[in-house]
Amino acid sequence: MADAHAAGQTILVVGGGISGLTTAVEAAETGYNVLLVEKDPQLGGRVAQHNKYFPKLCSPVCGLEINFQRIKNNPRIRYLTLSEVEEIQGSEGNYTVRIRKNPRFVTEACTGCGDCAAVCTTEVADPFNFGLNKVKAIRNNHAMAFPSWYYMDPAYAKTDEAKQVAKICPAGAIQPDMEASVIEEQVAAVVWATGWKPYDAEKILPYGFGQYANVTTNMRFERLASVYGPTGGKIIRPSDGKEAKSVAFIQCAGSRDHNYLPFCSRVCCLASMKQATYVRDQYPDSKVTVFYIDLRAMDRYESFLQKTREDANISWIKSKPARIEEDANGNPVVIGENTLTGERYAMPFDLVVLATGMEPHSAVDAKVPSDQASHDEYGFVTGGVLAAGCAAAPTDVASSVQSATAMAMKAIHAAVKRG
Amino acid sequence: MAYDLSFAKDVYNKSEMGHWIKMCMQCGVCAGSCPLRAHWQHSPRQLFQMVRAGKRDEVLKSSDMWMCTSCYNCIVRCPRELPITHIIHGLARYAETEKAVDPMQPTRRFAVEVFWKNITATGRVGEAMLTMRLYFQDGIGAGIQRGLEMRDSALGMLKTRRLNPIPFRGKIKGYDGFTKMLAKAAELEAKLENKA
Ligand SMILES: Cc1cc2nc3c(=O)[nH]c(=O)nc-3n(C[C@H](O)[C@H](O)[C@H](O)COP(=O)(O)OP(=O)(O)OC[C@H]3O[C@@H](n4cnc5c(N)ncnc54)[C@H](O)[C@@H]3O)c2cc1C
Ligand code: SF4
Ligand code: SF4
Repeated sequence: MADAHAAGQTILVVGGGISGLTTAVEAAETGYNVLLVEKDPQLGGRVAQHNKYFPKLCSPVCGLEINFQRIKNNPRIRYLTLSEVEEIQGSEGNYTVRIRKNPRFVTEACTGCGDCAAVCTTEVADPFNFGLNKVKAIRNNHAMAFPSWYYMDPAYAKTDEAKQVAKICPAGAIQPDMEASVIEEQVAAVVWATGWKPYDAEKILPYGFGQYANVTTNMRFERLASVYGPTGGKIIRPSDGKEAKSVAFIQCAGSRDHNYLPFCSRVCCLASMKQATYVRDQYPDSKVTVFYIDLRAMDRYESFLQKTREDANISWIKSKPARIEEDANGNPVVIGENTLTGERYAMPFDLVVLATGMEPHSAVDAKVPSDQASHDEYGFVTGGVLAAGCAAAPTDVASSVQSATAMAMKAIHAAVKRG
Repeated sequence: MAYDLSFAKDVYNKSEMGHWIKMCMQCGVCAGSCPLRAHWQHSPRQLFQMVRAGKRDEVLKSSDMWMCTSCYNCIVRCPRELPITHIIHGLARYAETEKAVDPMQPTRRFAVEVFWKNITATGRVGEAMLTMRLYFQDGIGAGIQRGLEMRDSALGMLKTRRLNPIPFRGKIKGYDGFTKMLAKAAELEAKLENKA
């Protein structure tokens, strides 16, 4: 049982995506203190960038909102944004961690009124929307983002204009001279929930992403379909703003491929099925084509595949396309061999979406202590430390939440055992 | 229906790089990458599946593996890193050793009758003679006709100095070493064939 001392212990959760949020909430609601450290300005991770969730096709905003409320209302959870773990010393039950807090240039007094962004004249490519649009150098990811305090780009903070903008803030929340700080904390257990990043599609040369405007990626497509996204949710193609009514999805783009990522990311088949419904729902006269090696509706998602299969305007071609070219009208032309018929095809589309996979953050840049953690050959954490969600394996939200809950339990064990 | 695996096993063991065929996942990238695909009866993917399905005669008598120009497009793209080009050449060679190939198969004829004689006679390829022999393989009339058909290409190659019109005479430096190397290779190959 958690005695008073153990319950006074703190559990550190690194990463504020759906996995980190879950571990934090579960551990705190059981009575433990939690310190949640997120490197980005706002919480939610990749899920915050999704338009809808498979299989229910509801908005991820509500799922996140519930977690944000639980965090807000729980005094046991402290969260730090724009922060990264720099160093961890000690052992289970008794770690000393050094955390670097990067400046937000906006304090918690911010009411989210947006007066600052209205007068800011500097625009930058929006990282939240993968650079598909421009945003102000002082901003919020979107209206539902949490914490709702605005943040300012470091380069902009150095400008004279930033000082002027600070003066107009009615809450007096803007501080362009804010500096980074380093804090030290004692924690009993650490859970890594550093998640994943989309595989860099420019590396897949035969598909011409980065070269052809109308070849995009699945994560960009999530933003394109989102009402908070660059087009307000209109699915149009980047080159000329034409409505994208004939859309192709290429599965395993850079996945299950020894030239790129050798493993299966497990969610991109389902993500494309979900995204096919975005197109079909928006334009009743649209046609969607999915190119695949084999369709992997893992876990209990077979019924979702069956549902999308019922739509006669979604065609399925068993083939990993060999390459993409562009025709005179800017249409990407997908070239390959239909492996069921043996026929060679060259099919033009308005827009091609590359279903790229997940690369782990952990081994590459999350500073998971390498002397303690073991990784598989791709960088997912396999043991030695506690890892939740996609830091441990590429997977969907439901299994991320399961693994995050399990990690909360393991972290509590560590706190109790060594506390 | 029971599968007969004996042909596949033979290919895995005896055809150069043949064991890689096991690794093919039938994705179709090689077929879509091949610039000559329109001229192949079966794509590399299909050929590999035919090997696995035990279609001995269809594979060995097919013209497919004689169509490969070694452009290497498929090799660089295959997600399973199959050395497709080499497997294809291996199958051609295997069909030859199994005596399954039609002697009039054009690529085989060129390789065995023209190319090999040309290169072993002097130690290097002499383009002028090589082209002549190839064109006149089927007699004088056919030769002249082919020559006329290919005139523009030949002139273009001459202009860009890709074709040396003067036949190469004599032998390369170190021709003795070259023939010894060939003899050694033939000896090793015979040993391998006896073993298999
Ligand atoms: C195109 C696409 C569509 C998808 N659609 C669905 C869907 O509809 N339904 C579904 O169930 N799943 C879907 N998924 C899968 C889903 O995105 C993942 O399951 C989910 O993001 C996993 O959450 P996570 O918290 O483990 O990782 P992440 O969402 O990546 O969160 C990790 C967090 O950690 C932070 N972080 C990283 N490194 C550090 C560090 N060093 N220090 C501090 N913080 C750090 C990151 O900034 C991020 O906030 C989809 C995936 C793709 C590719
Ligand atoms: S989930 Fe589908 S698209 Fe993604 S790697 Fe696996 S098989 Fe390929
Ligand atoms: S590209 Fe490779 S794995 Fe794909 S069908 Fe061809 S040989 Fe098989």
